[in-house]
Amino acid sequence: MRRVVVTGLGMVSPLGTGVETSWNRLVAAESGLRRIDRFDVSDLPAKVAGLVPGEGEPGGFKPTDFIDAKELRRNDHFIVLAMAAAAEAIADSGIPLATDEQKNRSGVLIGSGIGGLNAIADAALVLEKQGPRRISPFFIPSALINLAGGQVSIKYGLRGPNHSVVTACSTGAHAIGDASRLIRYGDADVMVAGGTEAAVGRLGLAGFAAARALSTGYNDTPEKASRPWDKGRDGFVMAEGAGVLVLEEYEHAKARGAKIYAEIKGYGLSGDAYHVTAPSPDGDGGFRSMTAALRSAGLTPADIDYVNAHGTSTPLGDELELGAVKRLFGDAMKNVSMSSTKSAVGHLLGAAGTVEAIFSILAIRHGIAPPTLNLENPEEAAEGVDLVPLKAKERRIRNALSNSFGFGGTNASLIVGVPD
Amino acid sequence: MSDIAERVKKIVVEHLGVEEAKVQENASFVDDLGADSLDTVELVMAFEEEFGVEIPDDAAEKILTVKDAIDFIKANS
Repeated sequence: MRRVVVTGLGMVSPLGTGVETSWNRLVAAESGLRRIDRFDVSDLPAKVAGLVPGEGEPGGFKPTDFIDAKELRRNDHFIVLAMAAAAEAIADSGIPLATDEQKNRSGVLIGSGIGGLNAIADAALVLEKQGPRRISPFFIPSALINLAGGQVSIKYGLRGPNHSVVTACSTGAHAIGDASRLIRYGDADVMVAGGTEAAVGRLGLAGFAAARALSTGYNDTPEKASRPWDKGRDGFVMAEGAGVLVLEEYEHAKARGAKIYAEIKGYGLSGDAYHVTAPSPDGDGGFRSMTAALRSAGLTPADIDYVNAHGTSTPLGDELELGAVKRLFGDAMKNVSMSSTKSAVGHLLGAAGTVEAIFSILAIRHGIAPPTLNLENPEEAAEGVDLVPLKAKERRIRNALSNSFGFGGTNASLIVGVPD
Repeated sequence: MSDIAERVKKIVVEHLGVEEAKVQENASFVDDLGADSLDTVELVMAFEEEFGVEIPDDAAEKILTVKDAIDFIKANS
């Protein structure tokens, strides 16, 4: 079976533009959460989000570094963020895209949980107030989820598989897993894969708040709002950003002397078949996706040193995931460190799985488990489990497991590790 | 009247992201200024908004150059 490795990383997160900036701030226990000031939140119960820093701030994002001014107007922000993350990942990988053969063997698989929600909201208002003749011809292509990958493919000439994923908060993990399988099955040698999200807006916040999913108790202390496994947790914090990986067939990467960050060793998927927003009360969906990932990797829990949890800071979800991980790992649990980086960046929805896979890869590379911020009063079930509270922890990490669970009962688990 | 020509050219520069010097009256949106089918739809919408005119689809199809746009607007506004 062909093997798949990671040869390029790209990220835009609430901790900043670029992988290195985001990672350095993450392990320094900094927070990317803030009070929303871009639009009116006075009538919304949740007033905190993980927002990408703007121009002039540390790690600030300047869209025109990645897309020209004309294209910027025509694309929803989720596409712009994906193009920025893809630009970093592709440059980092140094993949050759000069010949027809190279282009035809390189594909794209970038997903989003919601896509151009703000573009849709704006266009609906134009339709209502000004009528259909004022709807832009660029409205549909700016809102369609697969256009993030579409725009990336056009910019770089990626003419292999052109695919996308939409599985709510599991999108970013499914994108990596499915893209790695396209390489394994020989459909491509290189895949630019990831997730992107920019749904922080009045409509998105109102919708998630109506589903009672968001934190509302920390509006005046935004950095405290995301607190996985802490007794004071009260919901997740919406965030925006994008993560993109360059995945490459192992021999292809070796032959060109590429820098290899990690191998995609395992990928597991499952469904809850239970409820549209609530996780199955026995945590069985997550348990089975982790089990499937271990099986596909040919590894046992004792081989995993770090778990990047889904850990969204919701009362029910955190508890069920912790229970499922404990049940799966058994005695091996005492040697595992598990943290939720959503404590620092919030919940990037469709981008979360990719951003967290990148954090897992860097955890392996640097021998550092990133911290779970705000874990001041852990729930009882966390006793004896290393949830890396408050501060990053240096330790050897051979393989890392990253979980993503989404609305609709969709679960994905990835295992990344040092290639043997 | 030259005011209309200047305003049309300004819209073309903004929407197509081309240099002002290239926006001559005989320039074709598609052949000389790199517009695609969606660009031309957006251009017509921008003309409608700027000049408060309605450009029906059959008329829009005949607006192929900068001069075509200026002439239509002069005749209809």
